[in-house]
Amino acid sequence: MSSAEALAKQLESQRLRERIFKGSTLAAAVLVLLLLGGVTVSLVHAGWLAFARFKLAFITRNIWNPVTNEYGALAAIYGTLVTSVLAMIFAVPVSFGIAVFLTELAPDWLKRPVGIAIELLAAIPSIIFGIWGLFVLAPLLQEHVEPWMDGHLGNLPLVGALFQGAPYGIGMLTAAIVLAIMIIPFISAVMRDVFETVPDVLKESGYGLGATTWEVIWKVVVPYSRAGMIGGTMLGLGRALGETMAVTFVIGNAHAISPSLLAPATTISAAIANEFTEATSPLYKSSLIGLGVLLFIITFAVIGAARLMLLRLNRRAFGSV
Amino acid sequence: MSRRAYRRIVNLLALGLSALATVIGLVFLGAILWTLVKEGVAGLSWAVFTQVTPPPGSANGGLLNAIYGSAILTVLGILFGAPIGVLAGTYLAEYGRGSALSSVIRFVNDVLLSAPSIIVGLFVYELVVVPMGQFSAISGAIALAVIAMPVIVRTTEDMLNLVPRGMKDASTAMGAYPWRTITSIAYPAARSGMVTGLLLAVARISGETAPLLFTALNNSFWSTDLKAPIANLPMVIFQFALSPYDNWQRLAWAGALLITFAILILSIFARTVVAKLGAGAGSR
Repeated sequence: MSSAEALAKQLESQRLRERIFKGSTLAAAVLVLLLLGGVTVSLVHAGWLAFARFKLAFITRNIWNPVTNEYGALAAIYGTLVTSVLAMIFAVPVSFGIAVFLTELAPDWLKRPVGIAIELLAAIPSIIFGIWGLFVLAPLLQEHVEPWMDGHLGNLPLVGALFQGAPYGIGMLTAAIVLAIMIIPFISAVMRDVFETVPDVLKESGYGLGATTWEVIWKVVVPYSRAGMIGGTMLGLGRALGETMAVTFVIGNAHAISPSLLAPATTISAAIANEFTEATSPLYKSSLIGLGVLLFIITFAVIGAARLMLLRLNRRAFGSV
Repeated sequence: MSRRAYRRIVNLLALGLSALATVIGLVFLGAILWTLVKEGVAGLSWAVFTQVTPPPGSANGGLLNAIYGSAILTVLGILFGAPIGVLAGTYLAEYGRGSALSSVIRFVNDVLLSAPSIIVGLFVYELVVVPMGQFSAISGAIALAVIAMPVIVRTTEDMLNLVPRGMKDASTAMGAYPWRTITSIAYPAARSGMVTGLLLAVARISGETAPLLFTALNNSFWSTDLKAPIANLPMVIFQFALSPYDNWQRLAWAGALLITFAILILSIFARTVVAKLGAGAGSR
């Protein structure tokens, strides 16, 4: 065999391997796309029975009765939204404080250990938050916080109804606190990263004009990083909306709409987690998957919007949060 | 009060509150770890590692089958998820760089990265469990793979993008096809970062419970059959913690301690040791 033939043969084999490798990377990438499509199609398909049976009433009715086979998701949607929004009210200020501390305040030797410690909070499995919430936080709230709320805040005009009722320990307030603890690391990580993208020159100009550290943060850093802060906050909201195990332990699992934050309730994900393996009738099962479709739509919208906002910023800065 | 004094007080107050916020975050971490150690150590014994889960009320028993099941599910999940994740990440960083398809896939991957894991559980239930007619270890592993994949896609792409363009160009200039450049130049240069991503994916999926609820389910007995339900730590913790039996609750805490510290140690290892090893090789 001449050397030209050998070379041609080697080139041929190289080309073949190139085609195979390139093809498999493309196939894998397209698989990611198909995965999202597959999730959508399979869930809508499985939930169709419930949607076709109840139509719009599936979303607007507050009823959940496996005995009479009547299902409406309103209570679960209400519980999901209330716990998540309340969790955001707790988590956003704390996350902002942590991000400020880590970027502007902490000495260098403290930054890394504290940063890692906060990130570790995100690594703890959600079921651990669940048992901790049930066995530690809930009794604490039941004995010390909720009776005080009922006694002191329950009689206030307008907002009083939020704090009335028997102190069960488990309920929307407890779920929201646990959720807040879980999403603080996510929100603070994104906020820290966007704060770090603020050019030093901008901050130095602020200090040069005689501004205090806080004034530089509030009037230079925050306006500059607004889009990233909102994106990070919505990412946290997406997490809170879909969180399952931690909430399942402490929400109380009652398909009920109560104005009181102390009352047991349920969320979409908690209802699915609790009832799915017990759902015997096809309509019951389909209704639970229908709940999953609603959750998917809500979180997809929130996460999608958050990702679009973050996409406009430097993508690399956010790691794999 | 002078304007200057007012501004100073506001400054101190705001910075004080931000330090307080950090303390709050750390206190919660400490409180959770403290509870785990306090409750978990009491339940730890050799039996935990040598005996299978007991019936309610009996004196002994352990978590052997759950530990084994969790290990199997995690390993299979990574084995399924990692190759696809690495290949897809490679496409995004190399072949598809800048294309419209890549932007769409990247966005979809980012959404999947944050999608609720219970949705993944329902999806795999419909995709695998319903056709198979029963809950199975293999469906649990697939669910975990779906959760691990986006993490690996993301870290692979990010790490490949950090490899200097010049290195890849040098390889191309010597006549190497892209596949050769990627496998022989880019992968080795990005290796430590990719390993970190893989370890973080392991940490992420090994504690996942929600996607296993309707896939792997649980099993009170020793089972290695991939087509049958398999015991796993998160589901055992879920079941045992909510039970009224003392011995089950003790085991739940022991399991919680084991899984949390395994994950924390893995996370710290990935972030410090592996990342540091890579700092030397990755920063030419």
